[in-house]
Amino acid sequence: MNEASSSLLSVTFATLKKDIRLEWRSKDALNSMLFFSLLVVVIFSFSFDPLAEESRLIVGGLVWVAFLFAAVVALNQTWARELRNQVLDAYRVSPAPANALFLAKVLGNFIFVIVLEALMTPLFVIFYNLHVLGPAWQLIPLALLGTWALVVNGTFFAAMSLRTRNRELMLPLLLFPISIPAVLGMVAGTTAVLTGDNPAHFYIVLLLTYDVVFTTACLGLFETILHAE
Amino acid sequence: MLPCAWNHPLQYTHLSIGVPSKPTNSVSEPATTNIIVRDLVKQFGRFAALRGVTAEFAAGRFHAILGDNGAGKTTLLRALAGLAHPTRGEILIFGKSPQAACREIGYMAHPSLLYDEMSGMENLRYFAGLYGIAGDKRSEGVIRSVGLDPELARPVGQYSQGMRQRMSLARAILHDPKILLLDEPFSNVDVHSAREMVTLLRSMRDAGKTIFAVTHQALLLEGVADEFIWMQAGQIVDRTDSVHGPRLSTAVNTQQAEVL
Amino acid sequence: MKRGFIILSVITACLLAYAGYQALVVAPTERTMGDVQRIFYYHVPSAWTAFLLFFINFVASVQFLASAKPSRQAVAKWIVIAIAIIGVIAAFLPAVQEQLKSTGMRPSALATTVLMLPVFYFLIGKWFPGQRLDMLAVTAAEVGVVFCTVVLVTGPIWARPVWGIWWATGDIRLTSTLVLWLIYVSYLVLRRFSNSAQTQMLAAALAVFGALDVPLVYFSIWFFRTQHPQPVIGGGGSIDPRMLHILLINWVSFLCFAFLVCWARFRLELLRRQVEDEYAMESLGEAASTGARASLPLKRNAS
Repeated sequence: MNEASSSLLSVTFATLKKDIRLEWRSKDALNSMLFFSLLVVVIFSFSFDPLAEESRLIVGGLVWVAFLFAAVVALNQTWARELRNQVLDAYRVSPAPANALFLAKVLGNFIFVIVLEALMTPLFVIFYNLHVLGPAWQLIPLALLGTWALVVNGTFFAAMSLRTRNRELMLPLLLFPISIPAVLGMVAGTTAVLTGDNPAHFYIVLLLTYDVVFTTACLGLFETILHAE
Repeated sequence: MLPCAWNHPLQYTHLSIGVPSKPTNSVSEPATTNIIVRDLVKQFGRFAALRGVTAEFAAGRFHAILGDNGAGKTTLLRALAGLAHPTRGEILIFGKSPQAACREIGYMAHPSLLYDEMSGMENLRYFAGLYGIAGDKRSEGVIRSVGLDPELARPVGQYSQGMRQRMSLARAILHDPKILLLDEPFSNVDVHSAREMVTLLRSMRDAGKTIFAVTHQALLLEGVADEFIWMQAGQIVDRTDSVHGPRLSTAVNTQQAEVL
Repeated sequence: MKRGFIILSVITACLLAYAGYQALVVAPTERTMGDVQRIFYYHVPSAWTAFLLFFINFVASVQFLASAKPSRQAVAKWIVIAIAIIGVIAAFLPAVQEQLKSTGMRPSALATTVLMLPVFYFLIGKWFPGQRLDMLAVTAAEVGVVFCTVVLVTGPIWARPVWGIWWATGDIRLTSTLVLWLIYVSYLVLRRFSNSAQTQMLAAALAVFGALDVPLVYFSIWFFRTQHPQPVIGGGGSIDPRMLHILLINWVSFLCFAFLVCWARFRLELLRRQVEDEYAMESLGEAASTGARASLPLKRNAS
């Protein structure tokens, strides 16, 4: 048991390190994500009047839609890397636990998307003249929990869509319906903090519940998905 | 230290390639059956890649698997590696399922199974971690044993095809498996590299490994492989000691025969 | 089998005709909503049938996932039993009884419902062994999506004259039904686009995710609604006993109809897979199958 958990941790760490190194060398995922969400911000700013007083009401939705699409780009990229030269098979024939691969991918994507959010948030503030009326610190747990919610299920469903035709199209089709409560929590929570009208506590609890439930489910079923050839 | 006896494969020159030289160990030692395949079926919807394969294979022998495209060779190899879950039937490797016996199995696929962006050593260091092998010593030894330089900083993506095949073999034997499953180890490499690879494999077999190699270049293995397994339409149709015979023309193209 | 199917078809046709007559002619006209309210006799039974089918899909999927691994089967079995025991005990706790009182549900009713869960789980596992579990799951999902579509179409038709709007995003039942429908459509899309030989596993995993999602959807919308004032809709009021009676007749006939469709669909799936298997095993080169097995030395050791 102790040995198994130590191998889980060491393999997770090694895989995470490898993923970050590969990303650092190619910067595929990060660049495409950044440019993609930049485009979303610009296009939205043309579609809606950024000076309107209501911007506070809509910006929560815009931010998360941009991040959601960007996360899908990142998720597809990280698995595409494993498909090149079928490297995933090398992992599958090894005795390393499947969940270590899953955790490494989740952590890697989590880091990428958080970096993206940190870079994009100032842009949103500039484009939409944002001024937070509620307790701004609550945006941090909302962002962390919301991103984890997207990434944990996204990684799982990206692995699932490896086994389908038109893989890149399948990911959003599988991920978005399941993510609806999380998206609602993120958007409504962010709006609540921005406008300061309502407390955001419930949404934080909702996201936390969502994260716990689905992280458990993913860890329980990932092995089956990885080996479903 | 490497437990294998093939640390210096580049001494291949003293071996006369192509001349049948019967290995000694298969005659002297009674081999035991360690790989059992029972009524194996692998079905993808309306297509069955394997249609009831039943066979037993002895340990310590070199098996060449031959057949047309789509005969089920690769699927059989993937099933033995534990990658393809059989629709029906079972596989026993040393009495265990392929997944449970994964430490005994080395798998080399047609693609390289390596990250193109990393150097050979970085790749092997990562895969060694998956098998719980600590330190670089083993990885360095394996890279040297296939005739490459562990210090080479070039990413694998920039290797020549022959180097990539050898690095791929190095990854497969990293954890010193008893069974080697090789999918087209000689494809897309020049004759020189292919012969080098054959010599390597022969020395590994002589060191007691069980080898399964799927190939279209069957003539390369004449005199090296202990047994030729002929597959057709998802079944094993024949098992022979020599590649020459009535089936040769169907699985081996004559151009290669001329080259060799 | 064939005769049973015909008999059931006739019974179902009669039931549907009778229920339709009751709903459209016999049932009293609702005072405020008028005749539009009669859509309710189709809307509600469809919804109940769809939910039942989705539940069957969920149970079959869990059973299928569990059957792949003996250890997982044991875990799933004990989880189901534990849920039943906890549910029965919880139904008689004072705190829960207070809650139940407001909904007008008796504790014994709740306890019985919870007890049905393991019974249902084990019966499905017993009657549908192996691949049949997966066939049951496909059948239930496909038929369930059809009934759910009926719900989603009839809902707005009713809402337009009564609420004045086609769709109320904050309405808990509408939105959670829509999300459920989306999840099951993605389930069917996955089955269609999968090129894995183990599509069943992938689909079963997705079904479990969908089922876990439903309560979260429900609570998130419930809270969202409490914060955002909505048009006063639906809610409250007791139902005329005659209406309830007709509603139940309609539900029974819908259930019969759903059962009939599922039966046909299940049979179709069974035959489709048999054909697929035979096609796969027979079609490839006859040369290999003629005499090859007989002449093949099965065991070869070094000679």
